[in-house]
Amino acid sequence: MSISFLIIAVLIVGSTAAAMGLRNPIHCVLTLSITFGGIAALFLQLGAEFVGLTQIMVYVGAVAILAVFAIMMTQSRRGLMLGTFSRNALVGLLTAVAVFSVLGWAVLSQPVAGVTAAVSPVSVQQIGSSLMHEYVLPLELIGLLLTAALIGAIVIAMERKEDTE
Amino acid sequence: MTGLQAYLLLSSLLFAIGLAGALTRRNAILVLIGIELMLNAANINFIAFWHYGPATTYITGVMFAIFSISVAAAEAAVGLAIIVAAYRHSHTIDLDSMNSLKG
Amino acid sequence: MTWIVRYVCLIPALPMLAAGISALLPQRSRKPAAGLAIVSMAASFALALCAFAAALSNPSPQVFNFSWLQFGDQTLALGWLLDPLTAVMLVMVTFVGLLIFIYSTGYMEHDENFTRFFCFLALFAGGMLGVIIANSLLLLFMCWEIVGLTSYLLIGFWYQNPRAAAAAKKAFITTRIGDLGFLIGMVWLYAQAHTLLFYDSGRGALESGAVSHLAVTTTIYGLTLSSAIGLLIFCGAMGKSGQVPLHVWLPDAMEGPTPVSALIHAATMVAAGVFLIARIYPLMSAHGVEVVTPTIALQVVTWVGAITALFGATVAVAQWDIKRILAYSTVSQLGYMMIGLGVGGPAVGMFHLITHAFFKALLFLGAGSVIHGCSGEQDIRRMGGLRKYMPLTFLTYGIGMLALSGFPLVVSGFWSKDAILYSAHHWSVSQLPFYMASLGALLTAFYMTRQVCYVFFGTLRLPGHGPVSHSEPDSEDTRHHGAGHPHESPAVMTAPLAILAFFAFALGFLGTPLWPWFQSFLNGDHSVAAEHEPGLVATMAASSVIALLGIFLGWLLYGRQSIATCEAPDVLERAQPQTFRVLHQAYFIDAIYDATFVRLTRWTAKLADLLDRFLFHGIVQAISFGVLGLAWVDSFVDNYVVNFGFDSSWRSISMGGRAMAALQGGRVQAYLRYIGLALVALVLYLLWGVAR
Repeated sequence: MSISFLIIAVLIVGSTAAAMGLRNPIHCVLTLSITFGGIAALFLQLGAEFVGLTQIMVYVGAVAILAVFAIMMTQSRRGLMLGTFSRNALVGLLTAVAVFSVLGWAVLSQPVAGVTAAVSPVSVQQIGSSLMHEYVLPLELIGLLLTAALIGAIVIAMERKEDTE
Repeated sequence: MTGLQAYLLLSSLLFAIGLAGALTRRNAILVLIGIELMLNAANINFIAFWHYGPATTYITGVMFAIFSISVAAAEAAVGLAIIVAAYRHSHTIDLDSMNSLKG
Repeated sequence: MTWIVRYVCLIPALPMLAAGISALLPQRSRKPAAGLAIVSMAASFALALCAFAAALSNPSPQVFNFSWLQFGDQTLALGWLLDPLTAVMLVMVTFVGLLIFIYSTGYMEHDENFTRFFCFLALFAGGMLGVIIANSLLLLFMCWEIVGLTSYLLIGFWYQNPRAAAAAKKAFITTRIGDLGFLIGMVWLYAQAHTLLFYDSGRGALESGAVSHLAVTTTIYGLTLSSAIGLLIFCGAMGKSGQVPLHVWLPDAMEGPTPVSALIHAATMVAAGVFLIARIYPLMSAHGVEVVTPTIALQVVTWVGAITALFGATVAVAQWDIKRILAYSTVSQLGYMMIGLGVGGPAVGMFHLITHAFFKALLFLGAGSVIHGCSGEQDIRRMGGLRKYMPLTFLTYGIGMLALSGFPLVVSGFWSKDAILYSAHHWSVSQLPFYMASLGALLTAFYMTRQVCYVFFGTLRLPGHGPVSHSEPDSEDTRHHGAGHPHESPAVMTAPLAILAFFAFALGFLGTPLWPWFQSFLNGDHSVAAEHEPGLVATMAASSVIALLGIFLGWLLYGRQSIATCEAPDVLERAQPQTFRVLHQAYFIDAIYDATFVRLTRWTAKLADLLDRFLFHGIVQAISFGVLGLAWVDSFVDNYVVNFGFDSSWRSISMGGRAMAALQGGRVQAYLRYIGLALVALVLYLLWGVAR
């Protein structure tokens, strides 16, 4: 329980709450990138540098930007100001609280200490060789999945003549 | 409260906030973002368990996180594409008015 | 085998070809149709003469066989043959046929269906000639049926007339009854002899091998197989040749045009039955181990012939229609032929067949000429005195009448009938057929004299000429001529009459006891020698006396004082009205058939109808009602039990579905909510489980 963890944790929780609670979607995405950055910092702190950098690249660099684009593309002049929360927002909030309380209870009721001994940061070389040896099949599969997602996203989002009246 | 518990608690909180967002926002894009947050919470758990695991030379947790990030990226791309297509179809991304997914 | 044997098949083929071509000709091409038929018939006649010459030089049967159908290891062979019997019949049929064809061009001149008529005539001639040349019972049967068909078509030629249509049907059905026996006999013969060929170099059904096998095998009632099969085939001959009791169609067949009556129902077709018996004579006369001199089959043939001969003669006495008299006369004469076959063998029967063909054709054509001259009148009571108007017809008709009556020594009919009577007299079984035949001969002379007296002597009693005139429904072609003065027929009709009259005379000399060329030719030996047998002269004298007595009686009753009016009753009718009526109605055989067979058939039909209507219909109804009741019960159960249960369960399912559908609101967030709550529940469950 270090100071840095506390700062990061506060940052993450705050920005996440803002991202889920702000009215303007663009603001939401902006605060979301802070959350992603915070999570990356958490990873770095835990010694998983590669995952942290990947987190920044993928989430801050790609997903957040993509979300901004999507928001801009779906923004209709007339319906810009949607209601922020849905009709059953209270039920949803209560559900989330319930989930958090059971999860927190679960975490706190099991005193898992873990091994806090020598932490050797995992090197990029290590990850690369694992990817090419033990994880070569998942790597190939994920490549396939990404290709499929890429093509699928293009096909789904592609503007069709007959759809545009 | 041990270090691991702190991380797990944080990830639980993150997960709960993401869930709350996914459950309460009307904007489909923000719902998707909420789901991304829940995935990130899971990633934090992976890394935390790896960090506090028996030996950090077993990089399974890291690899899992990496793959999870990749899947999440793919999911975000497809999900946003679906939202764009749905918007084009019904001219809204308001989930309250999108209820055709029913029997 | 001379060339002619191979080409004998052309003799029936040519008229058939002509029939086929003229069937395709349009109705208006009258001359080509008639010309084709006549030319084909003339060619057939020429070929028949060649065949006759070939048969003269070689009287043994010459055959040409070929296999027609092969199924399994059985081969069905057809073929034709040339023997004296065939040769004689070929010449007779082609010659008489040719004359009648020529005559028909005059007689049918005004008929609009002239072309069709010649088509049928040619087809008939082809079928008849096919019967004659056939060397296979099967081929014979096929041609036999063609003949039956054309007979039907020609009797019903004026099918607009319901009586003609009925007569055609009657002829067809009656002969079919006989043909059934023929067919059964044929199948039986094939089963026993394994062939239907007559002559096949020792393996034919009529040759010694098969016949001796058939003659020693006995079936039911001790009948030999040969006799049994022969009798079955004789059924066919009875139908075709109008033997009692299947004669009923023949008088009715006179509804057809007169040339048809002459060709088919006097000269040729009705002779086919006689010819058939002559053809299968080796089978009919086959002896078993114990020699019964006349076989059962021949005895039956003789008795049937005798009954028919007497029957026909008695009925002919009491007829008014000129053609019906001749028709019953034909029935009677066919009976004579059967007697001749039964008692004297093929030569005797066939001789009478040939002579009869000529003089009966002559008589029919003469009658046709009379009818033609009298504008379609057929009732002899309204004729009379025609010898002044139609001298040539009178002359030729007189010759025909003398021939039929058996006028001594000069005409052919005398010699042929005498041969029959002589043979009958020497029959070992019974003398009764001889007496029946003699009585028949007396009556024949009598009724022919009566007819001639009515038609040609006395005064003309035609409507418009006689004192009373009323229309006669019997008229067959009044539509062609207005009632008028009787007139002589054109030369195209009288010339055949003259030729036939000549042969009615001359043919007799081929078969006199002094020079029995015909008999020896048919029997296949060339020793033409006079046979002086005991009692020959006595029989000749007796038959002469009989014929002369008949003619005298006829003249006594009808010729001495001329018949004044057409209303005057017949002399016999005055004397014996009851008997006359019975005879006029031909012993009421038609009525009896109507009362028995026809009525039986009707009743059976009616019974079947009733059965259908009440029994079977009732059963069907009951079944259908049963089914209906079941269906009602079923529907009741459906409506009130199944439907109720089904409906209520359906309703609950539907309600459950609706409740479930409420969960499926289509709102993604609601689903997510349920997932979240489920997660909470799961974690709580797990924690409690661990805590315990």
